[in-house]
Amino acid sequence: MSEQRRVRLFRGTRERGELKEYAVATGEGMVVLDVVHAIQAEQAPDLAVRWNCKAGKCGSCSAEINGKPRLMCMTRMSDYPADEPLTVTPMKAFPLIKDLVTDVSWNYEVNKRIPAFQPRAPDFPDGTWRMYQYEVERPQEFRKCIECFLCQDVCHVLRTHEKHSAFMGPAMLVRAAVYEMHPLDEADRREHLRHEGGIGYCNITKCCTEVCPESITITDNAIIPLKERVVDGNYDPIAALWRKLTG
Amino acid sequence: MAAANLRTHTYDVVVIGAGGAGLRAAIEASAQQAKVALVCKSLLGKAHTVMAEGGAAAALGNVMGEDNWRVHFRDTMRGGKMHNNWRMAQILAQEAPDRIKELEAWGALFDRTPDGRINQRPFGGHTYSRLAHVGDRTGLEMIRVLQDKGVHSGIDVHMECTVFKLFVTGGGIAGALAYFRETGRFVLFRAGAIVLATGGIGKAWQITSNSWEYTGDGHALAYDAGAELIDMEFVQFHPTGMVWPPSVRGILVTEGVRGEGGVLKNATGERFMFRYMPDMFRGDFAETEAEADAWVKGDRKKNRRPPELLTRDVVSKAITREIAEGRGSPHGGVYLDIASKQNADYIKKKLPSMYHQFKELAQVDITKDAMEIGPTTHYVMGGVKVDAETQEATVPGLYAAGEVGGGMHGANRLGGNSLSDLLVFGRRAGFHAAEAGRRGSRSHIPDSEIDITMQEALAPFDRAEGENPFAVQSALQAVMQRHAGIIRDRLGLETALAELDKLKVRALEAGVTGSREYNPGWHTAIDLRSLLVVSEASARAALERTESRGAHTRSDYPDSDERQAREQIVIRKEGARMTVQRETQPPIPADLARLIKEGA
Repeated sequence: MSEQRRVRLFRGTRERGELKEYAVATGEGMVVLDVVHAIQAEQAPDLAVRWNCKAGKCGSCSAEINGKPRLMCMTRMSDYPADEPLTVTPMKAFPLIKDLVTDVSWNYEVNKRIPAFQPRAPDFPDGTWRMYQYEVERPQEFRKCIECFLCQDVCHVLRTHEKHSAFMGPAMLVRAAVYEMHPLDEADRREHLRHEGGIGYCNITKCCTEVCPESITITDNAIIPLKERVVDGNYDPIAALWRKLTG
Repeated sequence: MAAANLRTHTYDVVVIGAGGAGLRAAIEASAQQAKVALVCKSLLGKAHTVMAEGGAAAALGNVMGEDNWRVHFRDTMRGGKMHNNWRMAQILAQEAPDRIKELEAWGALFDRTPDGRINQRPFGGHTYSRLAHVGDRTGLEMIRVLQDKGVHSGIDVHMECTVFKLFVTGGGIAGALAYFRETGRFVLFRAGAIVLATGGIGKAWQITSNSWEYTGDGHALAYDAGAELIDMEFVQFHPTGMVWPPSVRGILVTEGVRGEGGVLKNATGERFMFRYMPDMFRGDFAETEAEADAWVKGDRKKNRRPPELLTRDVVSKAITREIAEGRGSPHGGVYLDIASKQNADYIKKKLPSMYHQFKELAQVDITKDAMEIGPTTHYVMGGVKVDAETQEATVPGLYAAGEVGGGMHGANRLGGNSLSDLLVFGRRAGFHAAEAGRRGSRSHIPDSEIDITMQEALAPFDRAEGENPFAVQSALQAVMQRHAGIIRDRLGLETALAELDKLKVRALEAGVTGSREYNPGWHTAIDLRSLLVVSEASARAALERTESRGAHTRSDYPDSDERQAREQIVIRKEGARMTVQRETQPPIPADLARLIKEGA
């Protein structure tokens, strides 16, 4: 069942690097991360790769597989032709550290500046609230985000135009959307989204939605409603208040 | 580099590990006005808490009003086979509801009951529906909420930073030495108090649900600093890990599948758990398939729980036996079937990530077909011996919370008790560490000691021709899997100890090439030191306990010995030697003992 596959990995640092080809024996059901681990264990112990859960739940092993942003742990080798080499490179939208590992700390900085969750006063003297399933389902979709940052990687505002200083990117808009659409939240993030977050930079090409391994409908369910809130908030405060009250 | 020009930070409290326990401890310490650092081996938000699927156990009584802390306490003690630190079990049961409500106040979005309260699902070993949950991704929700609370709490976070040494001076904790993965540079943290929240030791076995990080660093750091470890023989093998294809072997399949009605079947199609009812639980579980099915359908007053919801130790052993006796599936597991019990929409709604995981990794549609599953190393009940109230270890200023702490779960942890453990004891550890950290002496750490520690850590670079650390690691995992796995005996454990002695030599001779920057070979060489300590501790404790209890099963001592129920195996470092000692735990107060025996 084992077959020999050729895999090209980016090896190197910011200063210098190249694609290096490895031959690996693969078995049934192997994913790209297994192959990278096999190379690391047997041929290149200093090969840098980030990973944790190996089950698509932590979002650590993001990379570009044949040029497409994907999780290595959820990408099966059998989805690619066996007679062609497979190429794995680091995410392009972030500074390289080494080999397949990039510096994603910018995302954490951006997240820190999103105004914090601010619940309304408890509904009951025991400090609890009542929320209904239909209300929580909307923000729950965004909480599926595993912070793999693949949507940031594919977003042309960041990837091509490098507007990291002006645009928070789809992942962080999803992060803001959790609280903006949280039934208990009372904070107002519109100013933040409009200015520091640069929500206007998004021109709804939906590339982020396509790469999301959690199938979050990023553009339609998170970004567009946020854009509407920001616009409405600017021109019609009563409508904005209405929206806030009705979620 | 010498200690004199080492990058140094000074804090009141340094929390090592950023899963649920570490984050909760850091948030609390910061709330108590301490200057806090959170140091994590991976990126923030990637810790194994994200893998916790089923839920957090708390006797909120939202679904079944009969529930209260007494029933939760009783379930926990019985699940732990009466070996738990009774006071910790009591604190957990009493405080978990408040910790869950607090999480909601911080933004958590738990699934709801029809009347708008936090919904709760049934789980193994819990009398009532008790687990607050978010589909099958509860841990992810918890860690994200804590992460967001944490970043607004003024905590310094040091990511991808591995601590490999604790310094103890003048009888108390003084600091920790770590390296940053990115640069390979060292950093010294001076602190009046240190909270260990490093999780488990699962990477010491081949088939495991744990990631690369879980090499028992906190256990080994504490041991090395002179603290005592307890209960290291109690390693939980979760009944349901994936078994096929080989590359995913060991990945967790949540107990929530059984909580939602999933049944276990052997190769003959028999629902075998009815045959494995321990005396302790006889009368608490359904005796026929019809009764179990009626319970799943929602008629919970008149019917009892399905036997698939027995405690994890019982289910794991039953599966192991079915396989050993030739009734296993083609790839060496048994079947977990929810497709025949619930409709496709329900399964996708309640267990979305399981649906996704099997579809993507095994090409199995769990709404149509059964899953092939088998036991996987999951959790260590043993850990650093701590004071139940404060979580302080036997070394002053050192605290441990979450999986790295010992005693709470006894001989077997109930599903769902881990997430509440993180919150309850994370908070307590943070609270008390803040107090100790602020008054901590921060006595001087001798430069010579720091220099030696750094030299030792860099030694693998001097042995470029040495053995590949990954090879040593996989040899260690093979030894533990074979000789210290789910069923043990004297001969096997002695073999394990002899093999570990040889592996210690191989680890000291392992070498790495390349630079210090993000070099996993080097990281593995350092992790090996922890793995060797926890593997030896686990094997020695397993050899010492001459009975079977909970997760610890000796084929040469198949029965439980009530005289050993409250005896604890204590591991300690004396010189370079690991010592093993038996100590008797304080007795359970009469009123609580009665509660356990007679019911709440």
